[in-house]
Amino acid sequence: MSNSLKLSVPEGLPFIDYEREFDFPVADVFRAHKDPDLIVQWLGPRGLKMDIDHYDFRTGGTYSYLHTGPDGVAYEFSGVFHTVRENEFAIQTFEFGGYPDVVSLEFMTFEDLGNGRTRLRGHSVYPTQEARDGMAQSGMEGGMTEGYERLDELLSGAKV
Amino acid sequence: MSSTDDASLDSAFMALADPVRRLIIARLSRGPATVNELAEPFAITKQAVSKHIQVLEQAQLVTRTRDAQRRPVHLNPARLEALTAWIDQYRLVREGQFRSLDAVLRSSTAPAVSIPKESS
Repeated sequence: MSNSLKLSVPEGLPFIDYEREFDFPVADVFRAHKDPDLIVQWLGPRGLKMDIDHYDFRTGGTYSYLHTGPDGVAYEFSGVFHTVRENEFAIQTFEFGGYPDVVSLEFMTFEDLGNGRTRLRGHSVYPTQEARDGMAQSGMEGGMTEGYERLDELLSGAKV
Repeated sequence: MSSTDDASLDSAFMALADPVRRLIIARLSRGPATVNELAEPFAITKQAVSKHIQVLEQAQLVTRTRDAQRRPVHLNPARLEALTAWIDQYRLVREGQFRSLDAVLRSSTAPAVSIPKESS
């Protein structure tokens, strides 16, 4: 059984909020966001090769990575980690290379629920309503087919 | 997605940015209704409600049939679907990501950090 994703896409406000719980301690969930060797295993949709140029998850650090599709088309993402507090909180900027200067702000809260469980809360703020609503068509489009396949696979191979 | 699509998506989102218009959409999701019927629950004039319906009509979220007397307003479900398609995409990508993260956590958790207790 997997934890469900709560997603909120308010009308008239350029925000996206999500909430997801994990059956793992907060230190592990945080580490999976910090360690590039782990990031590379989950951040990108399958079928897209993820190459991290650098990923420095600490206050003032920066990141840049590429998602490359089977067709060889690469999607670049980059940003700055404005604030990172261990096992607690992070703020980062996010920019898709295909839409330069349309930068969003991502707030992430890591909440210790006790009993080795963690709640991850995300709040994304886009510069305009249009940027939020167009986001799916730009940065996410590349991996969609593969995304579906991966999800199907995950669902059909549902864990014991 | 073409820029005309973007523009019409924009107008649809703008149309839905108003609470009265959202209530009208909610009402129409249960079936077509006349302007009079739609105006009933609101403490605003019928003219104001007509204006709201015009905005929804321009955004192609609703249509009005040429039934001389009643001119009932209908919901255009295809338009609403186009509107929410990107949200479904976003959800799917996020869900996929977090399921992968689950898998990463399952296989990579440091035994020193998480000592599994006897599960009940």
